[in-house]
Amino acid sequence: MKKLEVYDPAMCCSTGVCGVDIDPQLARFAADLKWVEEKGIKVTRHNLGMEPQAFASNPAVIKEMEAGMERLPVIVLDGRIVSTGLYPSREQLAQKLGIAAEPTETPATKDAPCCSPKSGCC
Amino acid sequence: MALPELKTRHAFFTGKGGVGKTSLSCATGLAMAEAGACVLIVSTDPASNLDEVLGTTLSQTPTAIPGVPGLFALNIDPEAAARDYRERMVGPYRGVLPTAAIQSMEEQFSGACTVEIAAFDEFSKLLGDPAATQEFDHVIFDTAPTGHTLRLLTLPTAWDEFIASSTGGASCLGPLAGLQKQKALYAATVERLADPDETSVILVSRPDASALREAERTRGELADLGVRNIQLTINGLFAAASPGDAIADAMTRRAADALNRMPATLTGLPGSTIPFLPRGTVGIEALRVMAQPETAITPDIAERTSIRLPPGLHQIVEEIAASGRGVIMTMGKGGVGKTTLAAAIAIALAKRGLPVLLSTTDPAAHVSAAVAEGVAGLRVTRIDPALEVRQYTDEVLKKAGDTLDAAGRAMLEEDLRSPCTEEIAVFRAFARTVDEGRDGFVVLDTAPTGHTILLLDAAEAYHREVMRTQGDMPESVRQLLPRLRDPEYTRTLIVTLAEATPVHEAERLQDDLIRAGVKPYAWVINQSLLASGTHDPLLSERGVYEVPYIRRVVDELAERCALIPWLAEAPTGTQGLSNLIQ
Repeated sequence: MKKLEVYDPAMCCSTGVCGVDIDPQLARFAADLKWVEEKGIKVTRHNLGMEPQAFASNPAVIKEMEAGMERLPVIVLDGRIVSTGLYPSREQLAQKLGIAAEPTETPATKDAPCCSPKSGCC
Repeated sequence: MALPELKTRHAFFTGKGGVGKTSLSCATGLAMAEAGACVLIVSTDPASNLDEVLGTTLSQTPTAIPGVPGLFALNIDPEAAARDYRERMVGPYRGVLPTAAIQSMEEQFSGACTVEIAAFDEFSKLLGDPAATQEFDHVIFDTAPTGHTLRLLTLPTAWDEFIASSTGGASCLGPLAGLQKQKALYAATVERLADPDETSVILVSRPDASALREAERTRGELADLGVRNIQLTINGLFAAASPGDAIADAMTRRAADALNRMPATLTGLPGSTIPFLPRGTVGIEALRVMAQPETAITPDIAERTSIRLPPGLHQIVEEIAASGRGVIMTMGKGGVGKTTLAAAIAIALAKRGLPVLLSTTDPAAHVSAAVAEGVAGLRVTRIDPALEVRQYTDEVLKKAGDTLDAAGRAMLEEDLRSPCTEEIAVFRAFARTVDEGRDGFVVLDTAPTGHTILLLDAAEAYHREVMRTQGDMPESVRQLLPRLRDPEYTRTLIVTLAEATPVHEAERLQDDLIRAGVKPYAWVINQSLLASGTHDPLLSERGVYEVPYIRRVVDELAERCALIPWLAEAPTGTQGLSNLIQ
């Protein structure tokens, strides 16, 4: 079984509803991950604000963060980093995972994390 | 005895700001300690005045009150609790994760939500975990002003439901990663609150209509939470010893009317009454008098002290009117008359033919009740948290929901049920209201001090964040802090009574505002008995007690100051409110 891990920046929640402004990308990505899961792929999501331990125990992720915090989110497939600095689209995810993409979604863009730091939310 | 009788181990004092919750909980705790019990008094108010009332410097752990064996007190300081919480979460990763990562984690734990939750966490430890307070016979909570208290009390249910209903892994528990683990503790907290053998709730009210209305609202909400063991204490009941003094007669009549009109649901509660005490209720001696009011000494004739009183509000209103537009905020401790004053200023401006919006961010306020009849040019609105949340939720779903499938939409809806959402939604509404000051006048009676500061704090956080993001941020949010800091745009009036605690809290508020870059425009001393013209001995004595506090405001705190006497005619309706501006 394939294993997909997402290392998110520190944020309040993974759909991004509590930032100063709504980020549709985050909500879209959360939904895409759910879709990926339904395809039988194990998905784990780590938020720097909530689960720093996951980051601390992954030297490759630490290295990315040392290169710059904008490298988050880091996406790891079966232990190998396949994407940094953006939330891929459903097609891109499907391609990396070798599964058939279904409905088309909006293209990926790099966007501010949900509960942007000091947003007054958390 | 006039004090409420407590049979349970835990007791909560709740009520509108300024009704005397802290003094009453301290007097009750003191009486119990002097009867041989071991008592802990806890304040969960972000702007606690427990130290002042007990005359002791307190901390976050129980401190013994000198001279009173068996009496202890502690303050839950939300800011400190949040700092501890942040350090607990972040500390172990210093040196393990890159510095930038640590900074980003720290920022994540710096907002209003963390403060709120960290404070609740401390509160839960005291109430939900019997071992935490086992050396005390009684634990008395001097809870924060009503809106905040209710939020604290409602949170366990809200969280409980939230935790229980969380499906998928995407729940927006924000910085509360550890929350699920605390579920048992929170469940115990809720259970203990509702158990009549464990917990009593004492509704504290002044004998006036708005405080009683607030008490009734709280009673209803507590009943909804399953809390049944409720008492009512009327604090500061005045009855003139002999008729003939206009002020004393009006005060007597107003109190009697308010009590007569009290809803049956309140009259049915077990109750107690504390009489009007002219010398305040700060310090152990004053608290002892509260327990045995018959020991209070009333002088035969209160000596008249000569003091030059500040002028009325007229000049300030004239100047505001001349500026043509902008935001006027009335700020201060609960119960000092912020809402009434805001309504009076709004009416005065509207009567000059100016367009005015009167609005409140105070969840416990009744602005429309203060303005009984319509005035041309005056609009009245209220920032209703429930409504704001609904609108914000709809907006988010409309904006983001289109690109989502059913599962994604369900996840988004779940995250929107997070308690953070309210904070954000209310904030946006506040910014929107301030924005209206571009084209006319906006008069805001802001929420109690602690909440207001959180709001301004959030404004600061937003401000920094907004400068960095390129997103389609509402212009009103982008402009908020610069507007609050612009003395031409926003005028802040600090409202106080000439008494110890309100003046000290107003002073703290002014410091906080100045730190946030907001310079108060003027101070208003409200309901002065000294200026009322009364000759009633008890009320005259209170008038003399006001002198040092008026002096402090005029000489040391305020750049400019107005004073409003206690008026025989109640400040309700257009005429009553207009009387305040002289």
